Amino acid sequence: MRVIIDGVSHDYGETQVLRDIRLTIDEGEIVAVIGPSGCGKSTLLRLVGGLERPDRGQILLSGDPPPGSLNPLTYIFQDFALLPWRTVEGNIRLVLEDHAIKGKAARAIVDDVLARTNLTEFRTAWPRQLSGGMKQRVAIARALSVRPAVMLMDEPLSALDAQTRELLMDDLVELWTRERFSACYVTHNLAEATRLGHRIVVLSRRPGRVREVIDIAIPLAERATRAAELDAVQRRVWTLLRDEAREADRELTDAA
Amino acid sequence: MPPDTAPPADGLRTASGGDARPVPFRGGGFRPRPIGIVGPIVFVALILLWQLGSVTGVISDVALPAPSQVFAAFADLVQTGMLWKHLGASLYRLAIGWTLGTAFGIAVGLSIGLFSLARAGLIPLVSALFPIPKIALLPLFVVWFGTGEGSKVATILFGTFFPTVIATYGGIDNVDRGLIRMGQSFGLSWLSIVRKIVIPGALPAILSGFRISASIAVVLLVAAEMIGAQYGIGAYILTAGALFATDQLIAGVAILSLLGLLIAWLIGRAERRFLDWRT
Repeated sequence: MRVIIDGVSHDYGETQVLRDIRLTIDEGEIVAVIGPSGCGKSTLLRLVGGLERPDRGQILLSGDPPPGSLNPLTYIFQDFALLPWRTVEGNIRLVLEDHAIKGKAARAIVDDVLARTNLTEFRTAWPRQLSGGMKQRVAIARALSVRPAVMLMDEPLSALDAQTRELLMDDLVELWTRERFSACYVTHNLAEATRLGHRIVVLSRRPGRVREVIDIAIPLAERATRAAELDAVQRRVWTLLRDEAREADRELTDAA
Repeated sequence: MPPDTAPPADGLRTASGGDARPVPFRGGGFRPRPIGIVGPIVFVALILLWQLGSVTGVISDVALPAPSQVFAAFADLVQTGMLWKHLGASLYRLAIGWTLGTAFGIAVGLSIGLFSLARAGLIPLVSALFPIPKIALLPLFVVWFGTGEGSKVATILFGTFFPTVIATYGGIDNVDRGLIRMGQSFGLSWLSIVRKIVIPGALPAILSGFRISASIAVVLLVAAEMIGAQYGIGAYILTAGALFATDQLIAGVAILSLLGLLIAWLIGRAERRFLDWRT
């Protein structure tokens, strides 16, 4: 399934947030959207996932989601968004219950996604007992359980410390290598964008426009070892971003 | 001491020029920890002191009866079987009034928390009616609901209703919007979001509202029973007061205290049962 963002603009009251965004997320592709803070990255993701309606333009889906997909557009949130009153298993079951998947069928799905995210031994743990990295793994497991066509990842690693972030990036690369999921990966972190993005979309400061789209030809699995080439890309993105980020930093914010 | 037996201290001394001293400690405090035994000790010590004062005559019998006399009054109450009559009547009113008040309160609080129209219409009403002392309305309740159980239950019902409304919608307002957005993003139905995200998220606030409403219920119970009730702890206390039977009066008050402790304990149990996910 492809996601086509077609000339989307969005405002919050007086504040212009996004201007004429055009981009496509192809099947099996991770599109990293990077931009200075407050450039409307997260808004773009909310629009793509249907949590908000764009003021102008449209967001289209083409093609069919994978068979058995319960929730084609599935989010991974920065703050994990796990229910503290449910265990790891309960949090995954939450998103299955509304599809009338209970008992043995639910158990099988839970077993499967916990195994795929190496969480099997944490099945009965409470969220409060887990580290940030583990919480995000649970959120990823929960997302996998509904067989998403496109994962909408809203700064998924921003709440984690640098070491955990490295580990989770490796996990995500491994996961992608196995499952070839598609994703829109919003971040403000250059390293994440260049490690995980097949394409990097650089947004300008508010109102966010697409400044440049950079394709990275290096396969995801090889990126950890080809640091020098990646570094060049990273530097190029940073040159694009630096002035925007500096300007954005000096702006007064009154938007949510 | 030869230098080779204490190398770290020696190294320290060399590095600091011989005036090394520990960093002054400035942390600690501000961390109350539970000490289970102290509470009962305070109670027992106070009662012993009181008894001692009465026996030695420091505390006159007229001013305050001795704990032993209070206990005798209580024993009398048990023996004559009147305790159960009074307590039974009180617990009955308390249970019905509090349960109904809480149930309506949660229902109204939920609708204020979930629907803009209910919020706009009911919050001003709640703010207007909450501060009215329900005791002041008791004569009116007697007219509406009769002198029997109705007026007493109604007093407790109204008294517990408003704090529960406020606790409930306050709890809902504080539910993490991120969790609700998560529910929506997974396509959960409205009812599922309310049942599985909103209500559990508001439960801590609702349960602490219970603590307040239960105490209010006890206060109102006694007040209501002081006006035209034959049985009940409040009636017992009122009669004792009228006869200046201070031993009975204190015994009645002690029963109320115990009732308060029991309610607090029950709510504590409920919190541990329903909020086990919080540490």
